[in-house]
Amino acid sequence: MPTALERTLIVMPAFNEEEAVRQVVLEVFEKLPGVSCLVVDDGSSDRTIEEARAGGALVARLPFNLGVGGAMRVGFHYAIEHGFDNVVQIDSDGQHDPANVYALLERLADADLVLGARFAGEGTYTVRGPRRWAMVVLSTFLSATARTRLTDTTSGFRASGPRAVRLFAEHYPAEYLGDTIESLVIAARARCVIAQVPVSMRARAGGRPSHNPFKAAAYLGRATMALFFALMRPPVRLHEAELTR
Amino acid sequence: MTVATYIFGVLSALLTLGVVVEMLRRRRLRERHAVWWLIAGTMALVIGVFPAVLEWAADLIGVEVPLNLVFFVSVAVLFLVCIQHSAELTDLEAKTRTLAEHVALQQLRIEALETRLGSVDRHEQTAPHSRAHEVRAVDDDARGRTDEQ
Repeated sequence: MPTALERTLIVMPAFNEEEAVRQVVLEVFEKLPGVSCLVVDDGSSDRTIEEARAGGALVARLPFNLGVGGAMRVGFHYAIEHGFDNVVQIDSDGQHDPANVYALLERLADADLVLGARFAGEGTYTVRGPRRWAMVVLSTFLSATARTRLTDTTSGFRASGPRAVRLFAEHYPAEYLGDTIESLVIAARARCVIAQVPVSMRARAGGRPSHNPFKAAAYLGRATMALFFALMRPPVRLHEAELTR
Repeated sequence: MTVATYIFGVLSALLTLGVVVEMLRRRRLRERHAVWWLIAGTMALVIGVFPAVLEWAADLIGVEVPLNLVFFVSVAVLFLVCIQHSAELTDLEAKTRTLAEHVALQQLRIEALETRLGSVDRHEQTAPHSRAHEVRAVDDDARGRTDEQ
């Protein structure tokens, strides 16, 4: 019987992350022995592919930029083809601590989708202004949809169990913000159990988060629209055969 | 209306229809995209040949200036064509995206197969596993070349 880590595929969408990706991959292998790591290069123009390979990761190369959603779809398909039970998404910029994957996988025992939440106690990550409001609005609506309290719905640190992997391989949304907001709606409506686990976030190894209020306002608008349309779309159901498996 | 404008109207409609039909004939335009243009061209031809039809239709709906009906219908047709194009574009984007995802997955499979066969093409960026990396590094050393992308 392989361990939980051996049945888990770490998927890292990477777009122009040559500075950080090698370190992140090395850290994943160091802290999670036995795990498989797939870096999905999202049409990078820099040396992301070489850096990821240097760290020892498998690299899937998308011919052009598809966004996080497209990259994750590749990850889910790969997981299905190669018989992985769980998929854990980790950002390739180093803001997620791979050590938290244990907590996420543990929670997968009784949940289908586990979010690593940044505001649930651990760490020092704070956000202010419109971006904060956007997050509050989103978590209010999505908590209701998911029938559980979610405080950080835009977290890119999440683990999917076998049912969620099968669902997402077919129905993972590729639009902007679809990978965070709409994927939660799809999972909740397919009767997947959603849970959250507090995780600490680190400052990004490369790049800087934007604090431009106009960008934040635009983000609020697009996020609200994404949520609105996600709720209006017809729900996707897992097949009965898959539910009993 | 003078005879000149009458002839001009009929000829314009015929020209429009002619272009659409010719493009259909040469398979430059698919039927599903041509249908709105065919409808618009036919309406233009009917009204060009029998201007009384326009006045009758405007009177029927209650439009005071018949010309406004022409504008309204034209805008409506353009609007529908635009919507149809947006929908087709979305469709095509989804298909391109799926293809890109499959290309990435196929490439992984090819790389895994090549690694297993041990015949790694050094011109390609292959070798996903560390073992293959070593193989390639040895080969590169032997040939005195550096890794190039």
